Amino acid sequence: MKVRKNLRNVLWYVVAVCIATVTVYPFLWMIATSLKPEGEIYSKSLSLLSENYSLNNYAKVFQTIPFLRYFMNSLILAVTGVITNIFLGSLAGYSYAKMKFKGRKISFAILLSSMMIPGIVTMIPQFLVLKYFPLVGGNNILGQGGSGFINHYSAIVLPGACGAFAVFFMKQFFETLPDDLAEAARVDGCSEFRVFWQIYLPLIKPAAITLGIMTFQAGWNSFMWPMIVLNSKEMMTIQVGLSTFQYQYNTMFGPLMAGTVIATLPTILIFIVAQKYYIQGIAFTGNK
Amino acid sequence: MKATKKAKKNASAKQNIMGMLFTAPPVILFLVFTLFPMVMAIALSFTDYDIINAPRFIGLKNFKRIAQDQFFWISLKNTLYYTVLYVPSGLLLSLGAALFLNSEKRMVGLFRTLFYLPVLSSSVATATLWFWILNPQLGLLNGFLSIFGIDGPAWLYDSKLAMISIVMMSLWAGFGGNMMIFLSGLKGIPLIYYEAAKVEGASRFQMFRWITMPSLTKTTFLVSTMLIIGTLQVFDQAFVLTKGGPGNATITLVYYIYNNGFNNLKMGYASSISLVLFLIILGMTIINQRINKADI
Repeated sequence: MKVRKNLRNVLWYVVAVCIATVTVYPFLWMIATSLKPEGEIYSKSLSLLSENYSLNNYAKVFQTIPFLRYFMNSLILAVTGVITNIFLGSLAGYSYAKMKFKGRKISFAILLSSMMIPGIVTMIPQFLVLKYFPLVGGNNILGQGGSGFINHYSAIVLPGACGAFAVFFMKQFFETLPDDLAEAARVDGCSEFRVFWQIYLPLIKPAAITLGIMTFQAGWNSFMWPMIVLNSKEMMTIQVGLSTFQYQYNTMFGPLMAGTVIATLPTILIFIVAQKYYIQGIAFTGNK
Repeated sequence: MKATKKAKKNASAKQNIMGMLFTAPPVILFLVFTLFPMVMAIALSFTDYDIINAPRFIGLKNFKRIAQDQFFWISLKNTLYYTVLYVPSGLLLSLGAALFLNSEKRMVGLFRTLFYLPVLSSSVATATLWFWILNPQLGLLNGFLSIFGIDGPAWLYDSKLAMISIVMMSLWAGFGGNMMIFLSGLKGIPLIYYEAAKVEGASRFQMFRWITMPSLTKTTFLVSTMLIIGTLQVFDQAFVLTKGGPGNATITLVYYIYNNGFNNLKMGYASSISLVLFLIILGMTIINQRINKADI
């Protein structure tokens, strides 16, 4: 009986190591390729080790395409998205959870239903709305003459400034807090915004961080929409830049893997630092 | 007494205004970037529109054209092929991994993290990495197969295998996320159920069939719905890995919509295909709901 149990234990670890190898080994191989000189990539392509590791491939990526610029574009867009979603999402989520106002139920229901609409349906018209937005990017009041928000950070920031998910997510957490905190503060003459900002928001900090991480990852990794609305060379995001690099230089495996490492690094770093918030976010998705 | 009543009324009037103000940003964004585009998508699909000239109303012509458009049918076939291959295998793989990790063994947390790792990588990064893994001469996969004396195929350059390659990659990249959702579902099942079953002498399989599976119905429905909605809109992987090739083997519906709308500037036609796709997604979601209901 005990032998059988031990055997099963060993078998479990063997399987676990096998699966972990499948998920992790490609990343190690990616890093190894990015550090190997070109000759060895061809002669010893499978080997992880080399005596000639160097950062040449990384230098090459930055020389061949404006990769630093792409990196910064992505960083600016992702961080802005995090800030607007946390602030506007909590503000609205708080109001839906803790304030009484006209049209509260119906407007929340409409927001929720917008999560059901697949992105592909609104893709083309959304592009047109941004392109013909009146009075911006050289457009006149009728939206003619210029290119509107196209090739401008706003084309990403505006439509994604406060997603329905952010509102829904934050509302759930504000609802777990008691109402009387607000009542007491209001009697003391606290403004509605200060009740939110100074009393309630600090209490749901972990949830706000979780939302921030999820927003950052989605923003940093997004591809199709940035490719459509930011297509000039200086405005590309890192994902779009990497995909064009892959298309143009698809045999330069060393630099290609170096670019991939850089494009993956920020999300993995955040994951390592903030793992517990990830788990919280996933648990939430699973229970909604 | 009168004064406090007045103050209260004043406060609630203030709350009324501030509440509307605080919720205005998402509501306005919804109106401008979701509702208005939704209406516009429907209107556009009845027009011929190339951005340069004003849209011209052409009635149902776009939809008639879809029916006769062989590339539409190819991309629909490819999309459904991908969905049929990916959704069941993705569901089973992530559930299997979750059941496997739902244990009290040492280092289980470490393995959970390692299994999850590919999820963090973007679709473009994943596809670029797999472009290298699937390289016929130098890639990791064929190198691995050669250990067993197998001469690996050309993967992305073989029209029969290209879509299967994309499915393999998506499974690798995506199973960890759904595994986590299943894990949190499994943690929610009260242990007392299993203890009671053990006392009754139930086998492991019986416990799985009659306790675990029914308890996970909601989670399974959620995961399968998200998988279906995602797979029917697959684009990034096909765009980066194969550019739709070889021989249109990996052109998907969203890819075809993108090509029509942004490369050929047929915005009206592209909108009508996106409406058809919307109906397909809706239909598949409803079917999925029925299947899951039947299970309860």
